[in-house]
Amino acid sequence: MKQGNDLGFWLSICAIAALLLLAIAASWVAPHDPEKAQPELRLKDPCLEYPMGTDHLGRCIFSRVIFGIRISLFVGLAVVLSSALIGTILGGAAGYFGGVMDETIMRLVDAFLSFPSIFLALAVIGFLGSGLSNLMLSLILVEWTGYARLVRSEVLSLQGKEFLEAAKSLGASDLYIMIRHILPNILPSILVMSTLSVGYAILGAASLSFLGLGVQPPTPEWGSMMNDARPFIRSHPMMMVFPGAAITITVLAFHMLGDGIRVKLNPRSEVGKDA
Amino acid sequence: MLSFLARRLLLLLPVLLLVSLIAFSLFYLSPGDPAEILLTGPQGPPDPAAVEEFREREGFNDPAAVLYLRWLSKVAQGDLGYSYVSGEKVFNAVCNSFRPTLHLSLVSLLISLLISFPLGILSAVKQGSAIDGLAMTVSLLGVSVPNFWLAYMLIILFSLKLDILPVAGYGDGGDIEHLILPAVTLGISAAAVTCRMIRSSMLEALEQDYITAARARGLSERSVVLRHALRNVLLPVITVVSLNFTYLLNGSAVVETVFAWPGIGSLMTRCIFSRDYPMILGCMLFLALITLSLNLLTDICYYYLNPRIRHEAGK
Repeated sequence: MKQGNDLGFWLSICAIAALLLLAIAASWVAPHDPEKAQPELRLKDPCLEYPMGTDHLGRCIFSRVIFGIRISLFVGLAVVLSSALIGTILGGAAGYFGGVMDETIMRLVDAFLSFPSIFLALAVIGFLGSGLSNLMLSLILVEWTGYARLVRSEVLSLQGKEFLEAAKSLGASDLYIMIRHILPNILPSILVMSTLSVGYAILGAASLSFLGLGVQPPTPEWGSMMNDARPFIRSHPMMMVFPGAAITITVLAFHMLGDGIRVKLNPRSEVGKDA
Repeated sequence: MLSFLARRLLLLLPVLLLVSLIAFSLFYLSPGDPAEILLTGPQGPPDPAAVEEFREREGFNDPAAVLYLRWLSKVAQGDLGYSYVSGEKVFNAVCNSFRPTLHLSLVSLLISLLISFPLGILSAVKQGSAIDGLAMTVSLLGVSVPNFWLAYMLIILFSLKLDILPVAGYGDGGDIEHLILPAVTLGISAAAVTCRMIRSSMLEALEQDYITAARARGLSERSVVLRHALRNVLLPVITVVSLNFTYLLNGSAVVETVFAWPGIGSLMTRCIFSRDYPMILGCMLFLALITLSLNLLTDICYYYLNPRIRHEAGK
C-alpha cells in the first residue's frame, strides 16, 4: 500500500509537470493552429499529419487537445485559489469570532450547499450568461463553501491552545494571531483540499462547457470539443474519445497528488477518508 | 423527538430565507428585465408600453428589498409564476420533470450500492491486498472520469458497436431498455465515491476495541466482519446514501442531456438556452427544497438509529 501510494504520488507529480510544460510550450508542440478551419480536411481519421484526426471544421484535434490544457489548468487553478481564499477568510472569521458572525456565515454556507452544486453553477450561468468569467464565478460560488467549513472547524479545534493564549496575553492583534499563528497550522489541510478540488473544478468546467454554457467556441476546450463531437458520434466516435481521455488523465493526476499529499502530511490518515 | 424536530425545522428557516435571497439576487442581477419576465403569461411576450405601465403600476421602480419581499410572499404561497416560453405553470413543469429524474436516480442509487457495498467492505477487510489496490485504483479512476464521457463510451460500446441498447431517449415512459445506459453511467460514477467512503468507515469500525474483543473470543473472521463491524458501518452509510443521492442529482444534469432523458437536468439546461428565468428560479428553489428535506430525513434516521444522538437531544 505504502509503496503503491508513493508510486502514485510521483507519477502524479510527473504527469502534472508534463501537463504544465505542454501548456507552456503548446505553440511549439502542437503541429497545427488549433483554431484554423480547413473545410476540405474535415473529419479526417487519425494519420501521421493529424495524429488524432480532424474535427467537423477540419481543425487538428491533437493541437486542440494540447491547447486545451492551458484553459483547463487555468480555470482549475484560478477557481481553486479564489475559492480557497474566500472560504478561508469567511470560515476563519466564523471560527475565530464565533457568535453572530459564525451563525450568519455558516447559515450562508448551508444555504449555498442546499443547491446541488452543478445546478447552482447552471443557475449562475443561466442568469448572468455564459462565457469564461461567469463559468469561473459559478464554480467559485460552488467551491468556497467546502473551504469555509474546513477552516472553521480547524480554527475551532485550535481554540484554547496555549500558543494562542500566549500570543493574546502578549497583546497581539486578532489579525496578527490569525495570520501568524492560526494560518500556518491549518495550511496543510487547505493544501490537501485544494489539490483535490483542482480536479473537481476542471471536471465542472468541462461539464458546463460540454453543455455549451462554459468556454465558447472556437477556443479549444475539452468539454466544448466533446460538445462539437456529439453529432458525429456514429461516424467519428474518436472525436469524442480524445478530449475525454485528456480530462480523465488531468483530473486523475490531481486526485492522486491530493491523496499523496494527504498521506505524506498525515501518514496515519487513510486514502479516501473524508473523500 | 418532537422538540428535536421542532429545533431542526426552526434552524431551517434562516437557511430557506438565505436560499431565496441567493436565488433572487441572481435573478435580479441578470441582464433581463424582471418586469417584462413577470408580465409574460400564457399570452407570450408583452409589448413595451404595457411593460412600462406595469413597472409604474406594480412599483417595479421600488428598491430591490421591496421587490424581494413581494416575490418571497408569492413563493411562500407556492406561486412560482409562469414559464416565459411555454406559458405553463412553473411549479407543474418542475414537478413533472422531477419524476423521470427521481426514477433514474433511484435505479442508479441501487446500482451504485450494489457495486460499492461489497467492493468497499471487501477492500477494507483485505486492506493492502491486490483486491484492495485494484478497487481503490478503479474508484480513483471512476471519480476522475467525466460522467458524460463515460456515457458516450458506453453508447459507443453498447449501442453503436454491439447494437443491443438504444442510444438515447425516454422510450415508453422510461422503460428498462432506455433506462439501463443512463442508470449504469450514473451508478458507476456514484459507486466510485461511495466505495471509498464505505471502505474507510469499515476500516474505522474494524479498529474498534469490540472487534479486538470479538476476535479474542475466538469468533470466526466472517462473524466478526458481518455481525460486529458491519452493523456499526450501517449508520454512516445512511449519510453515504443521502450524499449519493445528491451526487446523482448533480450527475443527472449532464447525463440526462446526453441521453435525452426528460428530467430536471435537461429542463434546466433547455431553460437556460431559452432564457426562461422563472423556470430556472423554480428549478433552483425546488432542488434546494429537495436537498434540505433529504438532509432533514437523514438527521431523523440518525436520531432513530443512534442512541447517542437521542440522548444528547433529550438533554
